Amino acid sequence: MANVTIRNLNKNYENGFHAVKDVNLEIRDKEFMVLVGPSGCGKTTTLRMVAGLEEITSGDIMIGKDVVNDLPPMDRNIAMVFQNYALYPHKSVYQNMAFGLQMRKYPKDEIDKRVREAADILGIQPLLERKPRQLSGGQRQRVAVGRAIVRHPEVFLFDEPLSNLDAQLRVQMRVELKRLHERLETTAIYVTHDQVEAMTLGDRVVVMKDGWVQQVGEPLELYEKPANRFVAGFIGSPAMNFVEVTISDSGGALWADAAGLRLKVPPQMVERVRAHTGKRATLGMRPEALHLASGSDHADFCFDTAVDVVEPLGNEILINFRAGGAAMVTRVDPSVRVKAHQNVRVALDPGRVHFFDETSGAAI
Amino acid sequence: MKDPVVAGAGVAASIAAPAERGRVSRLTRWLESEKLLATVLLVPGMAILLIFIAYPFVMALWYSLTSIRVGDPGEFVGIANFAKAWNDTVFQLAFKNTVFYTFWATVFKLALGMWLALLLNRSFRFKRIIRASMLLPFIIPTVLSAFAWRWMFDPTFSVMNWLLYHSGVITDRLPFLSDGDWALWCAVLVNTWRGMPFFAITLLAGLQTISPDLHEAAALDGANAWHRFWHVTWPLLLPVTLVVVVFSVIQTFSDFQLIYVLTGGGPANSTHLIATYAYQVGVASGLLGEGAALSLFMFPVLFGVVWFQLRFMKRMEGH
Repeated sequence: MANVTIRNLNKNYENGFHAVKDVNLEIRDKEFMVLVGPSGCGKTTTLRMVAGLEEITSGDIMIGKDVVNDLPPMDRNIAMVFQNYALYPHKSVYQNMAFGLQMRKYPKDEIDKRVREAADILGIQPLLERKPRQLSGGQRQRVAVGRAIVRHPEVFLFDEPLSNLDAQLRVQMRVELKRLHERLETTAIYVTHDQVEAMTLGDRVVVMKDGWVQQVGEPLELYEKPANRFVAGFIGSPAMNFVEVTISDSGGALWADAAGLRLKVPPQMVERVRAHTGKRATLGMRPEALHLASGSDHADFCFDTAVDVVEPLGNEILINFRAGGAAMVTRVDPSVRVKAHQNVRVALDPGRVHFFDETSGAAI
Repeated sequence: MKDPVVAGAGVAASIAAPAERGRVSRLTRWLESEKLLATVLLVPGMAILLIFIAYPFVMALWYSLTSIRVGDPGEFVGIANFAKAWNDTVFQLAFKNTVFYTFWATVFKLALGMWLALLLNRSFRFKRIIRASMLLPFIIPTVLSAFAWRWMFDPTFSVMNWLLYHSGVITDRLPFLSDGDWALWCAVLVNTWRGMPFFAITLLAGLQTISPDLHEAAALDGANAWHRFWHVTWPLLLPVTLVVVVFSVIQTFSDFQLIYVLTGGGPANSTHLIATYAYQVGVASGLLGEGAALSLFMFPVLFGVVWFQLRFMKRMEGH
C-alpha cells in the first residue's frame, strides 16, 4: 500500500510536443484517483510515466518513499490494466493471470492460490482454461483486471479500461471496479475521457487539458465549484450553459447584460464580481439551476425566451432554447408540459450562478 | 455466396460508359452465373499450370522410366534409373550436400533474419532507407551476385584472402572454393546472405502485427527482454516463422543457380546438389532419363514439406 507523489512532472516528445506540463499531484494511500480530460490532454502520458512505460523529461515520481524515475516498470510494484486489455492471445486465462507471478518466481502453489482467489473475486473461474479470443469483451476486461490483482501491487493503473465495452456493460463494470477497489483497498490511478466515469469512480478527480492540471478535487467539489470555465463545461451532462455578458452597475446593484437578457448578480457574488464592472465576463448556469418561472421567482432573475427543442428523457425533460446569444438547456421535471416554439419565462436559481473571467476563464 | 459476384458485376456496369451499358449489362448477366465466371477466371491459371508444371512433371515421370537420351528415344527400363542413382556415390553425396546445405542455410537465415527483423522493428534514423536497402541481396539476380561472390572466393584473385592476408589474420591463403567442405560452407554463406532479407522482411511484417501493449504488459509483469521475446514475440510470430521456413526449405532444397555459378558442383563433384547433379547428368551429358530420375528424388522430400505446411495452415485456420 502506498501513496504516489508527482512533482513538477514534464514530458516533451522529440517532435517538440509538450504533452505534460508541470504536473503536481499527491495521490493518497488507498485513494481512487481519476485523471480525466479530452484526448491529447496528457492524462495517459502521465499514467504511462507512473508505470515506467514512458520516460520522464523532468520532475519526480515517488511511490511510497522511493523516487522511481529510473526504475524499470517491473521494479515499481504496480499493475496496469490496458484499454485493449493486452491479454497474451496464445496463453489461457489462467496462464495470463499467472504470468506475472511466474516471472517473479513465485512458488507454484502460491501462484495457483492467488489466481484462483482472483478468479473467484471476478467470477471467472469457469473461464480459466479458455483462450482470450474465446471470451467476450466484458470477460476479457475481467481477466485483465485479474492479471493485475493477482500481483497484489502497491498501485493499480487503469488506462481507459472500459472504453472498449458497450454502454450497458460499461455501467456494470464501473460498479464492479468500485466494489473491487473498496475490497482491495489499493491505491488506484484511473485514466478516462468520460466525465461520468470520473465522477462515479473517483475519490478525487484530476481534470487535465493541454498538458496542464486544471483542477483537483472531489467529484462534487468539481461540479459545484469549478475552478475555471473549462472544468465547468467539461464536468456535468448536459454541460453548463455559458452566456457572454457585460457587468454593469445601475441603481446600486450589479447586472449581467447580454442581448435580450438582463440578470441581477446575486448578492453573494456581488463582492467578487464588482471588480469586473464595465467588463465582459462569462455567466455560467447549470441546466438544473434554470427552471420555468412561477409567481414566486423574482423578476430580476428571470428572462423570456422561446422553446427550441424539447427532449423528454422519461425521468426528466431537457428544454433547449436560445437566450443572450447562446444556446442553452434546462432540465425540468417530467410533469412539465411545454411545446416547441412556445414562449416561456425562465428563472435562475440565484444561489447557483457562476462567473468566469473573460480572458483567463478562471472562476470569479 | 452470390453477393460478391453480383457486387463486382455491379461495379463493372456502373463504370461503363452509357453507350456501352446495354452490352455490358448483358455481359454482366452472363457473368452472374457463378459456374461460368469461376471457369472463365480459372482457365488462364490452369492453362499455365498445365503447360509449364503438370506437363513437364508427367514427362519427367515418364522419362525417368526410360533410357531416353538426346537423339535416342530409348525404351522402357522400369526403375533401373532410380536403382542406378541410388547406388551412385556422387548422387549420394549430392543428396547429403542438399540436406546439409538446406539445413544450415535455413538455420542461419532464420537466426540472422530474426535478429535483423528485431533490430529493424525499433525506430531509428533513416529507418525506411535502411529497411529498403536491406532487400538488395534479395532483388539482385542470383546469377549476378553468385558471380560476384565467386570472384571474392577466387583462388588467385580472392579479395577476402587478400584482406585477411594483408591484415595478418592468415599466413596461407584459404581454399574457399578449391576444397569441397570449404566450398559447401561458402555456398551456405552466399545462400544465407541472399535469403536473409526475405526472412527479415517477412518476420518484420509479422512483428508489426504484435501489439506493443503486449510487450508493455509483459514488462509490467516482470519479463525481461529475453522473456518478452520467448513468451510473447516468439509464440505470436510462430505462424509467420513456419511459413517462411517452409518456403525457404522448398527453395533451398531445390536450389540450382547458386551452386551452378559458384562451384559448378566442383571441385570433383564434391558440392553437387540434387538439382545441379541432375542437370549435369540429364542436360550436360544428355542422359535425359537418368537426369529425370535423379531430379525426382527431390519430390518425396518437397512433398513432405508441403504436406506439413498445408496441415499446419489448416490447423491455424481452425483457430
